[in-house]
Amino acid sequence: MKFIDEFRDGQLARGLGGAIAKAVDPARSYHLMEFCGGHTHAISRYGLTDFLPANVRMVHGPGCPVCVLPIGRIDLAIQLALDRGVILCSYGDTLRVPASNGLSLLKAKAGAGDRSGDIRMVYSAADALKAARDNPNREVVFFAIGFETTTPPTALLIRQAQAEGLKNFSVLCNHVLTPAAITHILESPEVRQYGTVPLDGFIGPAHVSTIIGSRPYEPFAAQYRKPVVIAGFEPLDVMQAILMLVRQLNAGRAEVENEFSRAVTRDGNLKAQALVAEVFEVRSSFEWRGLGEVPDSALKIRAAYAAFDAEQRFNLRYVPVPDNKACECGAILRGVKKPQDCKIFGTLCTPENPMGSCMVSSEGACAAHYTYGRFKDAAVA
Amino acid sequence: MCLAIPARVIEKKEHDQALVELGGVRKEISLALVDDVEVGDYVIVHVGFALTRLDAEEAERTLALFAEMGELVATADAS
Amino acid sequence: MSEIKKNYTRPLDILNGRVDMSHGSGGRAMAQLIEELFLAAFDNEFLRQGDDGASLPAMPAEASGRLVVATDAHVVAPLFFPGGDIGCLAVHGTINDVAVMGARPLYLAASFILEEGFPLADLQRIVASMAAAARAARVPVVTGDTKVVERGKGDGVFITTTGFGWVPQGLALSGSQAKAGDAILLSGSIGDHGMAIMSQRENLAFDAPIESDTAALHDLVAAMLASGAAIRCLRDPTRGGLATTLNEIARQSEVGLMLDEAVIPVRHAVDAACEFLGLDPLYVANEGKLVAICAAADAERLLSAMRAQPLGKDAAIIGNVHTDPHHFVQMQTRFGGRRIVDWLSGEQLPRIC
Repeated sequence: MKFIDEFRDGQLARGLGGAIAKAVDPARSYHLMEFCGGHTHAISRYGLTDFLPANVRMVHGPGCPVCVLPIGRIDLAIQLALDRGVILCSYGDTLRVPASNGLSLLKAKAGAGDRSGDIRMVYSAADALKAARDNPNREVVFFAIGFETTTPPTALLIRQAQAEGLKNFSVLCNHVLTPAAITHILESPEVRQYGTVPLDGFIGPAHVSTIIGSRPYEPFAAQYRKPVVIAGFEPLDVMQAILMLVRQLNAGRAEVENEFSRAVTRDGNLKAQALVAEVFEVRSSFEWRGLGEVPDSALKIRAAYAAFDAEQRFNLRYVPVPDNKACECGAILRGVKKPQDCKIFGTLCTPENPMGSCMVSSEGACAAHYTYGRFKDAAVA
Repeated sequence: MCLAIPARVIEKKEHDQALVELGGVRKEISLALVDDVEVGDYVIVHVGFALTRLDAEEAERTLALFAEMGELVATADAS
Repeated sequence: MSEIKKNYTRPLDILNGRVDMSHGSGGRAMAQLIEELFLAAFDNEFLRQGDDGASLPAMPAEASGRLVVATDAHVVAPLFFPGGDIGCLAVHGTINDVAVMGARPLYLAASFILEEGFPLADLQRIVASMAAAARAARVPVVTGDTKVVERGKGDGVFITTTGFGWVPQGLALSGSQAKAGDAILLSGSIGDHGMAIMSQRENLAFDAPIESDTAALHDLVAAMLASGAAIRCLRDPTRGGLATTLNEIARQSEVGLMLDEAVIPVRHAVDAACEFLGLDPLYVANEGKLVAICAAADAERLLSAMRAQPLGKDAAIIGNVHTDPHHFVQMQTRFGGRRIVDWLSGEQLPRIC
């Protein structure tokens, strides 16, 4: 497969592994956060840590929109399906996330009490629109989640619904913003406590960056003096980005570099950005599971498109739901604790029974460690 | 939100739709988010939409860079 | 005046007819459906008896061994897919369950739950496919049952098959017998069946469509047993894929497994389709493949025996068994690093992230 296989070449991997080993300063350690869930998955699936020297530690960030989706927002979706009888369309990843009352979207689909929800998995947002056209006498709600990569398709959907004059379609919007999350990490309580955040640099998200460009990361580099290297999704991309970060740190530089030059430019996709700006505006605050309230970090639908905003259409009231007290997701998402540090990791909290955001999706830090990295802890023990 | 794949545009259709191909698999997706895409171009596809065009020359350059990094190490080791 | 034929019964309208409630009532309509559709297709000495059950010959006294029975329900959707249909799937699946016990499959029983409104033309197609599969495998369908449920209460048709086989004395294959040092063999490419189905559902198109690998494996198994290799266990990796089957064996035998990704056969189109949908071929269903664990010394011999068979021509030694108190299945990736191949968490839903 072109543009995939070449970026998974094992021989080039050994070369890059050697280059990283040569480049690191043995007298220091490097704590690098890969923000995006797709990168977490790549690191796990290809066993990238096998190629890294011991003083390079990868910290898994909160870039998994399923993981950071608060329970309370899933409850809203379940309510719409069970109590309001809508056809609820959702991406696959969200279906299994446990919410309140022992339910998930999947369980609500099976039935709760004497009701069951008409909950349908969609691969593409366009499938949700099709459901609305095919069922003119039913309300159809699209449960939209995702970072900036997934937001433009939702914007298109809403514009399209308006153009077609659809009267039975709306979106429950949970789109979140990457730069705000990174800022939040950089300004976490640990910063005040230790005077510095225990992170040296960031691997910037791949596909988010194709949309927003590399420019939005420049303030982090300038203000917080943390280098950012935007990396593609394939394992060689990630290794190259790590090498570039190590080099910057050694040289005392803090710049934004773009490893994913084949798909990312400084400006990004202006057409997509304009579309998003037309349909959405920033919410002053939004709860992120594990991180709490984060200012200016999420989007809501503009007044001009209010008819397509499920929150307005159905007069929904958000009720926050706290996580298990023992859950350490907040600290893990900020990079200050590891999955193994959490008391309930692997016991009460497993991929089958996730208690917090980090275990919920296969890209969450805890899920990735449980699935791919657990054997390494065992080997040491 | 990330799972996206590079695919080659093999046919453009009306309403901004297009047929793309990866490893012999074809699917219809939307080009509504990108301008000036032609048959033969590669695009990054996510949840049924093309997000951007993939610059084939940059891709080659990136691959060459990987190889170069590895060679530098090899020659340094040898010397 | 024209002659009125005596004893004339209007034949089933296979072309345009549909299953209706009378076909399940036990009366004439049902008898006609059974005779004209099912019996005509499956026809054998047992069915010709026309009794409620089949009376089967006892195994001759010298053939000491044990009876093996396996049962499987088939609810696949769509009913027809590239490479097969629910009918042949039902025959192959149960034959394979019997075969991987080391048993020679002898007889099948088949029960059908039909939905009111299901086209008779489709039913005939499915039954013809089953009959052809049974004949090719030399395993007759000796008894069966039909029920009809109201429209909306069934997905067209559900088929349950039960298979009987005979395993010779002294042969005791089991997933609990894998030992450190044993070799792991796979009969061919993984992910074909599941992706043939998923691709239909997700509207993926192909230059060369992915076909289900549905097949009866008993002849391959017979050749493997005849090779003389010390086989510990055989399994067919169906739902949940190769990863699930290997995790089951690891747990049952209380051992660890180490795989080599580079030698696990995956068809190009399956790889690409999985890439498109965010799926991992290790977890995708197969319907015509098997996994064998055997003593290390016999691995090459067993491999040769497999490769000499049409259903084993792409067979490979994909890893080995070692001591591991955690019973992990691990894999050396093509890329170079190592990863765990864990149990499937829930259903493998296509990822978007």
